[in-house]
Amino acid sequence: MALTPERVDERLRERFPTVAFERLEGPAIRDWTVIVPADALVEICTFLRDDPELEFAMLSWLGGVDWLPRVPRFETVYNLLSLTHGMRFTLKVRIPEENPRVPTVSGVWPTANWHERETYDFYGIEFTGHPDLTRILLPDDWVGWPLRKDSPLGYEEVAFTHNSPNRMKPSPGLKKLAPKKVKYRAQ
Amino acid sequence: MTLNMGPQHPSTHGVLRVALELDGETILKSKPIIGYLHTGMEKQAEYKTYTQSIPQTDRMDYISPLSNNLAFCLAAEKLLGVEPPARVQAIRVLLTELTRISSHCVWIGTHAIDIGALTVFWYTWREREKVLSIYDMVAGARMTASYFRVGGLAMDIPEGLLERCEKFVDEMPEHIDEYEDMLKSNPIWLARTQEVAYLKPEDAVAWGVTGPALRGSGVKYDLRKNEPYSGYETYDFEVPVGRGKGDAYDRYLVRMAEMRQSTLIAKQAIARIRELGEKGPYRVQDHKYVLPPKEEVKTSMEALIHHFKIVAHGFFPPVGEAYAAVEAPKGELGFWFVSDGSPRPWRMKVRSPSFINLQALPLMIEGRLIADVITAIGSIDIVLGEVDR
Repeated sequence: MALTPERVDERLRERFPTVAFERLEGPAIRDWTVIVPADALVEICTFLRDDPELEFAMLSWLGGVDWLPRVPRFETVYNLLSLTHGMRFTLKVRIPEENPRVPTVSGVWPTANWHERETYDFYGIEFTGHPDLTRILLPDDWVGWPLRKDSPLGYEEVAFTHNSPNRMKPSPGLKKLAPKKVKYRAQ
Repeated sequence: MTLNMGPQHPSTHGVLRVALELDGETILKSKPIIGYLHTGMEKQAEYKTYTQSIPQTDRMDYISPLSNNLAFCLAAEKLLGVEPPARVQAIRVLLTELTRISSHCVWIGTHAIDIGALTVFWYTWREREKVLSIYDMVAGARMTASYFRVGGLAMDIPEGLLERCEKFVDEMPEHIDEYEDMLKSNPIWLARTQEVAYLKPEDAVAWGVTGPALRGSGVKYDLRKNEPYSGYETYDFEVPVGRGKGDAYDRYLVRMAEMRQSTLIAKQAIARIRELGEKGPYRVQDHKYVLPPKEEVKTSMEALIHHFKIVAHGFFPPVGEAYAAVEAPKGELGFWFVSDGSPRPWRMKVRSPSFINLQALPLMIEGRLIADVITAIGSIDIVLGEVDR
């Protein structure tokens, strides 16, 4: 019998009767998504990985979302893949704005290591118990969390003559080149 | 001793830096350091409409632009709840399989160069150029094709494309034989890839490795078979696995066999396109999301309004979330969209295979020699544009 997301959901509720699971509902939630509390996350993930009926052996990816101005503000998302059943299951953890933290799952799936570093890098969500929680894609001295919604996109204005008065003046360090002789067809 | 390999090292395929802790020439510990090519694509996508983000995806894994386009479009289509016509799906399958061949050509060429087999590079580049000129033919660009759109294609396929693709896939198996002839009796190649850069199947799964690297370790998991998309379940093909050792040579065998399988799939796709019409609908007929045909815009008021709305604002997807993945040449490439109902995604997450496969590099090289690092990096086939996004 093929494994269905309904069955996974059922197994979870069977195994963790005291944990408050909430299925994410909406007009276009295309994948079966269950919201789990942060403190039970590691236990739930270990169960999903080891249960012989489910066998979610691979964590396909992990990411974050900033829902500003919604409360709680952040979410981390876990996309689990069962290779034996060819099935995916999505978990979500909701995280408050002040002191955002969630336990690491890098002990369950080692692949979470870089994903969690990336999420920390982008959102400033702290993964407690992570072996090496440092920035990964951005420079170490970067200030701020770029994928938060209150972080501006930011860009460097392109220098044109109209927006930079000194554009025509060569910088002092520049060696002056002889003007290029251009012969136009009209001349 | 600590040694920095890269970021400006030719064999790191871009700007990867690996900090190696050495004892003599043996690696005790290693740490890949990435981010030199980070362009913030996920952030930028939040400020663009869905269609505007498609050219961005070309620049991730620039060796296989159409696979990236496909993953993006499939995720957006899943969010919208539309399915493109069978003809579009067949065209997509044909072009992404050619992309796979071209990507593997680049891989075998550069990987062989890295470890001392120079000749094969010149041959593989020849075939890759043929695929690039096919891109040029369909989309007008050699490398950054951006040919797929949400709900279909940018334009219909040009005349003569199928003949050209057919000629290419008919000739390709012979060329693959050529590459293999150059490598299989080359003692340097064999010595440097066999029994090197082991990746155990259980490690590969735990570290989230996908694609040829996973199948090289003997785990038969291919999204085209196990979670089919674009009608792959109706094509007849095999999923090759290596000889079960999980070394660099196994990954080489898998990719070579995959190229042969891709030619078979491409042939079936060509036959299917012929059957469904060489000219025909190339977009979904749902004009709330997808541009109506230009001829209709000139004659129908409603089509003109739809055209104007989609061009001016973009389409408005329902509030929701969707994840879709494809078997890209490097592994599972997926996009996850969160939509708040506006024409720009609230969040776009890229599951890039190179990023995740690279994470397993230390497993392959620790305890081995420096020369093996080059084999290992080459054998997992990473593109730094995709690692850093």
